Amino acid sequence: MITVSINGEARQFPQTLSIAALLQEMGLTGKRVALERNGDIVPRSTFPTQQLSDGDRIEIVVAVGGG
Amino acid sequence: MADNLIIAGKSYSSRLLVGTGKYKDFTETRAALDASGAEIVTVAIRRTNIGQDANAPSLLDFLPPSKFTYLPNTAGCYTADDAVRTLRLARELLDGHSLVKLEVLGDPQSLYPNVIETLAAAKTLVAEGFQVMVYTSDDPIVAKQLEDIGCVAIMPLASLIGSGMGILNPWNLQLVMERVQVPVIVDAGVGTASDATIAMELGCDGVLMNTAIACAKDPVLMASAMKKGVEAGREAFLAGRMPKKLYSASPSSPTAGIIASVRS
Repeated sequence: MITVSINGEARQFPQTLSIAALLQEMGLTGKRVALERNGDIVPRSTFPTQQLSDGDRIEIVVAVGGG
Repeated sequence: MADNLIIAGKSYSSRLLVGTGKYKDFTETRAALDASGAEIVTVAIRRTNIGQDANAPSLLDFLPPSKFTYLPNTAGCYTADDAVRTLRLARELLDGHSLVKLEVLGDPQSLYPNVIETLAAAKTLVAEGFQVMVYTSDDPIVAKQLEDIGCVAIMPLASLIGSGMGILNPWNLQLVMERVQVPVIVDAGVGTASDATIAMELGCDGVLMNTAIACAKDPVLMASAMKKGVEAGREAFLAGRMPKKLYSASPSSPTAGIIASVRS
C-alpha cells in the first residue's frame, strides 16, 4: 500500500503504479495536463515510465480562465 | 507602415491584451475575445479538480492556438518559488511555450505586487529561457531593474487589479516609459474604454485587462468598445495632441470678414 498526495488530497493505492496509470485512473488520459512530482516537472514523455513512490506529492494542472 | 506591437521579437497587430477569467461560460469568453480583436490572451494554471468530469469542455478548446497567443499567468502566487513552479508547469502544459506573465502578489486585499519576490522570480525565469512579461508597481526604478534582468515587457498597474478605478497616476506611468526600452503595457485598473484610451494617449504600448470586459453588463459590447478605445488612444498618441493653452483661447474660424454690427 502506498499513499500519495494528489493536488493536496491523500490517495491510497494497493501497489505502486506509473504516472500514466494514475492519469488513466483519473480519467485524464490524453487530456492536456501538466504534472509536477515533489516540486519537479514530469515531462509528458516519461509518464509511462515514472513510478509513484510512497509519500510522493503530485500536482496536476490545467489551463483555466484568468486575467 | 503597420503600427504593430513587438514583444520578444514577435509582431502583434492588436495592442489590447485580454484575460479569460470571470466570464459566464466559454462561449461568452470566445465571443468577447473575438470582439476585442486581442491576439494575446492570458490564462491561469490551476489544479485539476479530483472527481470532476474529466470530459467537460476545457478553456483551450475554445481558444485555438492558431488564432490566439496564450499568456499563462501566475495569478494567486505570493512567492517567487510558487510563481516559477507555476510557469514551469505552464510551459510543459503548452508544449514548450515560453511567453509568460509573471505576477507575484503581496496580499489578497490589494493584490498589489510584491516587487522583491517578483524580481527574484524574474531572474530565475529569464535564466531558464522564459520570455517574461511582468506585472509590477508603477515604480520606475523597479521597472528598470526588471528590464535589466531581461523581462520582455513591463506591465505596471494603473490601479488595483479588478478595481476599475482607471489611470490613477499617469505621471508615474510616464516615468516608467521614459526609463525602459521594452514595451510598457498597462496591466490592471482599467474600468472603461476612456481609461484604455488615456493609457494609450500617454504612450503606453498596450493595455491588458480582464474584469473591465468580463464584468461589464454586456461583455461582448464592452470588448468592442475597448478595441476602439485602445485604437483611438494609440492614433491620438501618434498624431500628437495640440498643446494645452489655459487662458489662451484661439478661435477656430477666421477673425477677418465678420459682418458689421447694425446697432451702433
